Amino acid sequence: MNIAVCVKQIPDPATPGELDDATKTLKREGKLILDESDSYGVEMALQLADKAGGGDVTLISMAPNNEVSGLRTALAMGAAKAVLVSDDALQGSDSLSTAKVLAKAVERVGDIDLVLTATESTDGYTGTVPEQVAELLGWPSLTFAKHIEIADGTVKIDRQTEAGYDVVEASLPAVASVTAGVVEPRYPSFKGIMAAKNKPVDEVKVADLGLSADQVGWAGAHQEISDVRAAPAREAGEKIEDEGDAHEKIVAFLEQLKVI
Amino acid sequence: MGLSKIWVYAEADGDKPATSTLELLTKARELGDTVECVFVGANADALAGALGEHGATRVHAIDNGDVLAGVVGAGALAKLIESEPPDLVLFAQTYDGRDALGRLSVKIDRPALTNGTDLKVDGDAVTVGTAIFGGNTLVDTRFTGEKPFLAAIRPKSFAAEPGGGAAAEVVAVDGVDTGRAAEAKVLERHVEEREGPKLEEAPVVVSGGRGIGSAEAYEPLVDELAKLLNGASGASRAIVDAGWVPYAKQVGQTGKTVKPKVYLALGISGATQHLVGMKGSDNIIAINKDGEAPIFSVADLGVVGDVHKVVPKLIEALKAHG
Repeated sequence: MNIAVCVKQIPDPATPGELDDATKTLKREGKLILDESDSYGVEMALQLADKAGGGDVTLISMAPNNEVSGLRTALAMGAAKAVLVSDDALQGSDSLSTAKVLAKAVERVGDIDLVLTATESTDGYTGTVPEQVAELLGWPSLTFAKHIEIADGTVKIDRQTEAGYDVVEASLPAVASVTAGVVEPRYPSFKGIMAAKNKPVDEVKVADLGLSADQVGWAGAHQEISDVRAAPAREAGEKIEDEGDAHEKIVAFLEQLKVI
Repeated sequence: MGLSKIWVYAEADGDKPATSTLELLTKARELGDTVECVFVGANADALAGALGEHGATRVHAIDNGDVLAGVVGAGALAKLIESEPPDLVLFAQTYDGRDALGRLSVKIDRPALTNGTDLKVDGDAVTVGTAIFGGNTLVDTRFTGEKPFLAAIRPKSFAAEPGGGAAAEVVAVDGVDTGRAAEAKVLERHVEEREGPKLEEAPVVVSGGRGIGSAEAYEPLVDELAKLLNGASGASRAIVDAGWVPYAKQVGQTGKTVKPKVYLALGISGATQHLVGMKGSDNIIAINKDGEAPIFSVADLGVVGDVHKVVPKLIEALKAHG
């Protein structure tokens, strides 16, 4: 059971984001960390490979400046190896270009039974990459999984819906996107952290994947940012300290709004 | 005037069109000469009246049987685009909408602009507006490639208003080949019982965050208060990530956008991730121990206090209120 997990390395969401003046895109310089959304896919992959009695968990990532900090975190959790696509030509890539790169990287690894992804990244959150990767590979996609089971060459998930959930099944190979909170990501052990330093990271360029520079980055995005402006601010209202009677204030406010 | 033809990827909520579909139709009617729907499901005839009333003249319909809807939707759209391409295809940023859009963008090799909260047409130029950094910054992105343009809009971005059109004509789509993607089959459907209104449509939303302390506190604090106010319960990303409540309850950037009459934030600090999904609410009430929490910057009534003390008293008071 060989599983590829697409993981994104992003600027720490705890620090305020900033747009680059020239490109009007999110600044992604400096140290990047493993997107927490992806830690669920990594954990799920490790558990599924374990249950299947073996196989490799391979990380697939696209990041600027050969960034590996986030990959090392996932390798320390237990992934066996990684493919990192880093190339100046990728700057400005949209979701479709990103999916093209990730799909080619999955093919480069070869012999993959299942690709796991998050439902969207925390920084860009376009929310279409899993389906795009599946379509590029020509594989079924099982999206918004709350639970995943593998048996006899098929993958079965509980898929989040507006009304509840659906049980969806497909044969392997397939792509599945995992919603947050469905498994508890393990903390890397000291041994894991040490081992991660020597795990192989296959660093590749766009050309190594058989893609041309005009299929990715700004050239491939076919879009331009035409305006960036501040949103009208919302004014804060009254702020009170609870002295044991704050609930009365809330009731009065709800009465005034005719909610009760 | 704007575009000559706009398609809306329609979704159903039981035997009615989803509210998000009607929102898109209302906007499409304003921006395009002809508006049509593409619908995946068995009950297109039941929806034709309401879709027409909101501006669609035609519904291209295909029954997906037990195949995942978005897969069939992308196949149907790609086939229809071959013979009669529209200028723009709009999707709601929903589970099935994202499935259909992602696959279609690959099939016709066009970019997908997603998470839109606004849509502008000026001549041939189509611009999608998005809100980033917790809704503090607005960004407009314009398509520069070839049509058809593909965009996903977050539900609640536009108001749904009927325009008085006649029932849409239902036209069957057939001969759609989706290859191996169609192997994704729905085996069972589980509808979870819900008391009260849907999260996105509720007039009152009560959401819980880390400050409620534990998964066990969600029901007696958040659910109970929502029930008493005839509202829906929601959550911050932090407690969804922690596995306390399912993803469907998440309000925020990577969750749902809500714009209720009253939003109550219980023990939510107000990370930008959360604010972008709820700051369009008419009135915001926040209860949080930390007086410096960013949630207070958007609250009309902010209570610096412990949710475990304030909320039980509030619940008692509301019960007594009757």
